[in-house]
Amino acid sequence: MIHFDNVSKRYPGGHTGLSNINLRIDAEEMVFLTGHSGAGKSTLLKLIGLLERSSGGQVHVNGRNLTRLKNRQIPYHRREVGMIFQDHRLLHDRTVFDNVALPLVVSGLGHKEIGRRVRAALDKVGLLHKEKSAPVTLSGGEQQRVGIARAVVSKPPLVLADEPTGNLDPELSKEIMELFTQFNKVGVTLLIATHDLALVRSMNQRILTLTNGALSHDSKTEYRDVT
Amino acid sequence: MSLKSQLFSMPGIWLQRHAQVALSSLGRLVGNRLSSLMTCAVIGIALALPVGLHVMLSNLNTISGGWESGASISLFLDQSISSEKARSLAETLRQHTRIETVELINRETALEEFQRLSGYADALQALDNNPLPNLLVIQPKVEYTTAETAEQLAQELRLLPEADIVQLDLQWVRRLQAITVIAQRAVVVLAALLSMAVLLIVGNTIRLEIQNRRTEIEITKLIGATNAFIRRPFLYTGFWYGLFGGLIAWFLVALSLFLLSGPIAKLAQLYQSSFDLSSLDPNTVLVLLCGSALLGLTGSWLAVGRHLSAIEPS
Repeated sequence: MIHFDNVSKRYPGGHTGLSNINLRIDAEEMVFLTGHSGAGKSTLLKLIGLLERSSGGQVHVNGRNLTRLKNRQIPYHRREVGMIFQDHRLLHDRTVFDNVALPLVVSGLGHKEIGRRVRAALDKVGLLHKEKSAPVTLSGGEQQRVGIARAVVSKPPLVLADEPTGNLDPELSKEIMELFTQFNKVGVTLLIATHDLALVRSMNQRILTLTNGALSHDSKTEYRDVT
Repeated sequence: MSLKSQLFSMPGIWLQRHAQVALSSLGRLVGNRLSSLMTCAVIGIALALPVGLHVMLSNLNTISGGWESGASISLFLDQSISSEKARSLAETLRQHTRIETVELINRETALEEFQRLSGYADALQALDNNPLPNLLVIQPKVEYTTAETAEQLAQELRLLPEADIVQLDLQWVRRLQAITVIAQRAVVVLAALLSMAVLLIVGNTIRLEIQNRRTEIEITKLIGATNAFIRRPFLYTGFWYGLFGGLIAWFLVALSLFLLSGPIAKLAQLYQSSFDLSSLDPNTVLVLLCGSALLGLTGSWLAVGRHLSAIEPS
């Protein structure tokens, strides 16, 4: 699903975001990405969602070589990658329903189909009764669940989450992680960046660790090394 | 949904989407009633100026056109021609295919009239003979009253051996028309300049709108919206600004004409004329509304092209 081949990212001014990353994530995997802030977690996610382009190496996502993708093709790539953010990034002048519907509206789906899918997604995150509310009237955990519903409503094969539980207490974080596990069970590939190590360890999934822009630890290869 | 049915439903969805975007951008304008109204009013005033001048000029053309066709030819006969001869010449000219009427003002009558009206009676009596020539006032037939045909006829009359001076009294009408042509050109220049002003007004308004909705644009791009999708509501907003500006311009011109019509009717009455100030004709209104909507669309297109590509999510 995701394949990094010797990928690096340097920012203008000489700051290095990522250096020589080699990485392979298969379809239907659920992977946690950890590391200190500034280690390059967000940069790695941005390269996958094409918010930024790599300065060296090749990035393949879902069979597509992102290095060669033209700018005008970026929107179509992003429709296949659901993205979840720490600050939710909801539109505050629209209802919960309209926020979740946005990816489908953008893809040009019909009215009925949109209604059906949005309600299904809201139902999955347990917010069907809040569809007419404004996002500001919801709690932090609820807003994050709206963000999650929006990320999965168009049924993308890959979902990226950048510190999805950053502002939530442990209880709510646990709930969000359970949601992710459910999505993973129905075949969605997930890559979740977080610095909450305790939470990550409790999930018993593959963990990637970034240190100063380099991949310093991969629990999958470690496991293989052991066998 | 099968591919076939998806393909068939596409145009319907596309139209539905456009109608929705058009209405929602209209709704947004109505939501910010005061600022939208001010923008539209500025556009309306800018457009009302050239349109109003255009209407005034076409009215002037109508009047001066009437004057031109009313022009008659004054044929002053040579001093040596007697009143007898003048009468028979008038008779001959009446048979002319291009002449409607011929009025003979013979020199004796003319002199009497002049003495009576000018107050120079004593001075005139001191003269040995009548200095005034016989005069034929010739009115061409309606088909021949245009400037050129009347001039042709005048030329023909000049060739008569009895003719001394032939005057076609069109000079001042011509001058007026030349001035009108200059004024019309000036209106075109003014319209071009003010259209550019409208482009800038709409462009700037849309630029501010883009800045205000920066977060929204970023989020929509994150979710996979194409540039066309993001551009669409701004283009519709520009279109609405232009269209409403045009409607306001129409209203302003109509109102001004209404306010002017009273005094002008009074003036026309003083000239014993039944001139009616013609208002905006449907063609002008159509051109005004289409043009203003197009200006709005172009203005927002320019702004959107420049500023949308600069916004990328991070």
